Amino acid sequence: MSDSTDEVRSYTVRLELVDEPGELLRALEPIADNGGNLLSIFHERGNVTPRGHIPVEVDMEATPERFDGIVDALRDAGINVIQAGAERYSETLTVVLTGHLINTDLSDTLSRIQERTDATVTDLSLSAPEGTEDASSARIRLATEQNATESVMGTIRDLAEEKELRVIEPLAAGGEL
Amino acid sequence: MRLAVMGAGAVGGSVVELAADYGHTVTAFADSQSAAVDADGLDAAAVLDRKEQDGTVGDERPEDALTAPYDVLVEATPTTLGDAEPGFGHLRTALERDRHVVLANKGPVAERYADVRALERESEGTVLFEATVGGAMPVLSTVDDFDPEHITAVRGVLNGTANFILSRMGAEGLGYEHVLAEAQDLGVAEADPTFDVDGTDAALKGVIVANVLADNGTEYTLEDADVEGIQDIAGSAIELAQEEGRTVRLIAEVAEGEVRVGPRLVPANAPLAPTGTRNIVQLETEHAGRLNISGRGAGGPETASAVLADVGRLDQ
Repeated sequence: MSDSTDEVRSYTVRLELVDEPGELLRALEPIADNGGNLLSIFHERGNVTPRGHIPVEVDMEATPERFDGIVDALRDAGINVIQAGAERYSETLTVVLTGHLINTDLSDTLSRIQERTDATVTDLSLSAPEGTEDASSARIRLATEQNATESVMGTIRDLAEEKELRVIEPLAAGGEL
Repeated sequence: MRLAVMGAGAVGGSVVELAADYGHTVTAFADSQSAAVDADGLDAAAVLDRKEQDGTVGDERPEDALTAPYDVLVEATPTTLGDAEPGFGHLRTALERDRHVVLANKGPVAERYADVRALERESEGTVLFEATVGGAMPVLSTVDDFDPEHITAVRGVLNGTANFILSRMGAEGLGYEHVLAEAQDLGVAEADPTFDVDGTDAALKGVIVANVLADNGTEYTLEDADVEGIQDIAGSAIELAQEEGRTVRLIAEVAEGEVRVGPRLVPANAPLAPTGTRNIVQLETEHAGRLNISGRGAGGPETASAVLADVGRLDQ
């Protein structure tokens, strides 16, 4: 299957769209057409940029080569690409924590991850089917600088041990195998 | 080749049943209580029938199988931890007689690898153990062909029971206990599934791979492995992973001299996320990129085919 030149990685692009019907679809087509796998779209409808545009953040998976093609295709389509994520936060790290997340102060857990590492929490999804008193699960997505994932994981492991949480780690740095 | 088969479970029985098909003769067959020995070759159907009817394979003592005339001892007794007995003793007896040994039993190479290699050096016999990692899949022979020095990491899904449970939890949104009970009803999980779900079985396989990769260097045992099981994986954790195109699998990983087994997030459509009882092993090679081997990691005839493939290698 894959070799080292076509490792799939996660990328975030920040776009500015004109507030007109069909613009979002027009922005997503070049991504799909060029082999990107869409992960999530954050459409800030209420938050208009000074130029009257709508900021949209798109997370995707692609090989580095395809990602370059996607950014070119977006620009060719006249889409305003504000930031093509790979520069600063080049790695996306997803972990799932389980245990007494709420009783052990989830927001403290998250802020300590951010304080102790150079990672930024970009997404959080919580599932507490048994209510807040019982064990629950949280999926946390972090953006981190390249090659920093191992140290970020180390911090998360330490915090989990302290708070008696279980960490389900991604398979390798970035989890993209 | 003349085979002596120690162990009359699913694997040992299948070896006896299939040996003739691969051009070999079974001259001795033993379970823990009894043995059948015939230098001219046993009647496979008759001994297997007797095992099924009576619970014994013959009228002789198990020790008689070890001293019978054979070229290869097939060790298929249950894997035990610690001193790996009685499997290790059987292997020793055969090597001291300058016979070859083919293992389906993980114990000797997972718990006493250095002892096995030391005995092998003193013997004219060779020890092969393809069947101990990934059942029917040619994992160790591929490692051997590539040369362990040119393999940087090995990772895989090496326990079918744990994989069945995790993949059913993901597909059906069911809890661990529910899926485990279902797996037991289907015969996928044993009445006591501890070794499978606490990661021990996958870890033994990881340890064997680590021993082979170390290539006569460091000896690994279960104590060197970092092992976590799947018993407390919440259904909600798998659901959350799936929302982002990922899932959870029990992965055994051997890299940089470390053996690690635990539940990990993997992309849901990746080769390392097989469904059901299927196993997969991924080799990271220095010059040939990544290589995937997948297939049936357990089962009587499947594992027996790996045993008989080893016998064939000795033949050459």
